[in-house]
Amino acid sequence: MLTTLSKDTMAIMREQDVVPLRNRVKEVAVKIGMGLVNQTKLITAASELVRNMLRYGNGGDVLIEVVSKGREVGVRLTFSDRGPGIPDINLAMQDGYSTGRSLGLGLPGTKRLMNEFSIQSTVGQGTVVSIVKWKNG
Amino acid sequence: MIHKIAQLLKTNKARLLDGWFQKQLASETLRDDLMTNDELRAQSEELVNALTKTIHEENISQPDSSDFDEVFEILADITAQRARQGFSPRETGLFIFSLKETILDLLADLGADDEVMLFQESRKVSHLLDNFAIITFETFIKSREEVILRQTEEISDISTPVIQVWDGILALPIIGTLDSARTQVVMENLLQKIVDTGSSIAILDISGVPAVDSLVAQHLIKTVSATRLMGADCIISGIRPEIAQTIVHLGIDLTNIVTKASLASALRYAFGLQRLTVKRVETDKKAF
Ligand SMILES: Nc1ncnc2c1ncn2[C@@H]1O[C@H](COP(=O)(O)OP(=O)(O)OP(=O)(O)O)[C@@H](O)[C@H]1O
Ligand SMILES: [Mg+2]
Repeated sequence: MLTTLSKDTMAIMREQDVVPLRNRVKEVAVKIGMGLVNQTKLITAASELVRNMLRYGNGGDVLIEVVSKGREVGVRLTFSDRGPGIPDINLAMQDGYSTGRSLGLGLPGTKRLMNEFSIQSTVGQGTVVSIVKWKNG
Repeated sequence: MIHKIAQLLKTNKARLLDGWFQKQLASETLRDDLMTNDELRAQSEELVNALTKTIHEENISQPDSSDFDEVFEILADITAQRARQGFSPRETGLFIFSLKETILDLLADLGADDEVMLFQESRKVSHLLDNFAIITFETFIKSREEVILRQTEEISDISTPVIQVWDGILALPIIGTLDSARTQVVMENLLQKIVDTGSSIAILDISGVPAVDSLVAQHLIKTVSATRLMGADCIISGIRPEIAQTIVHLGIDLTNIVTKASLASALRYAFGLQRLTVKRVETDKKAF
């Protein structure tokens, strides 16, 4: 069972919103005592997902939560947009797949960096990506 | 009794100016550290002159009238100057609000017997002066925005210095986030400096970059490729342990790029490429 200890949302509309989001995520990670390596992984994952949201989903909202499960405490981030959605999630999750002539590492790389990763997407409605990084994960 | 407020302002110009000036001098917000009282007096006089010259019984009820263009211009100049000099919005706003107060005081003094008239004329004055205040706010914010814009440009200039650390070796410390616009500036500066100095080695130091995600990585790879096309070697230094681990998990392939943990080790590597060695000299008193 996952329990939410605190939460906060941030609206993402422009490129300029990326750095404040990263700073906010870092603040929360530091507050729960997350180590530097995990912090960096979390911030990098957040950076990937927020850029996808801006680039492919016309912006959206990010929910930042401190969560606990048993003895573990961690940070959960949920990225929701109302963009075009992803037609083939398996394809999008492959290393090197990109419709934006980029490296195609954002989604699969984020999954590798995180402890938990889930993605839901409906064409024409939008995409929701949720990730969790445990403090000692 | 007052019927003609415009006329009243014209005939009592000296009294108006004096009252306003005294009010400003007495105010807590007086900034005689930023502006001398003579300057303040000159500014106040200029505005009162323009206002009393322009105003008449019709246009007083038309605050947007082009009759007031000269007043607007003077007001905008004064405000822009204050924004640059570091006056606060409150101090700047009070400049015009204290004029309004002075005019209302004058009205009350000279027309106190007819309350209905006093009220109507006060409304006109308020309306006109409020419009002046709005112009003040707009100009103030615009001037501040110009300052911010200029600083942003300056920051992006100074935050991408290219340093010649040795004959033929350039170093470029990158601090902050490497977005697309910045990469462009970084790349241009670097390539130009390679040409200017005839350097053959460039070190990109990312010690000051908080996180390397796929976008930043892509920008770095592009910069390295462009440097190579110019015939120079490119080394990336300052990869902190946590960044290295993240890059690996993310799946970014930097194996084709020479990377070093610190600027010092990058420099050592560059010396190696140039067949240079650095030696400690045995201190021999006779040699000096
Ligand atoms: N929020 C989203 N809405 C719609 N499509 C998306 C969204 N996020 C990702 N995609 C699609 O999934 C593909 C893969 O995403 P991923 O982040 O892995 O790679 P990328 O963004 O193309 O490149 P990189 O992240 O390496 O710069 C994208 O090219 C895009 O087509
Ligand atoms: Mg991406």
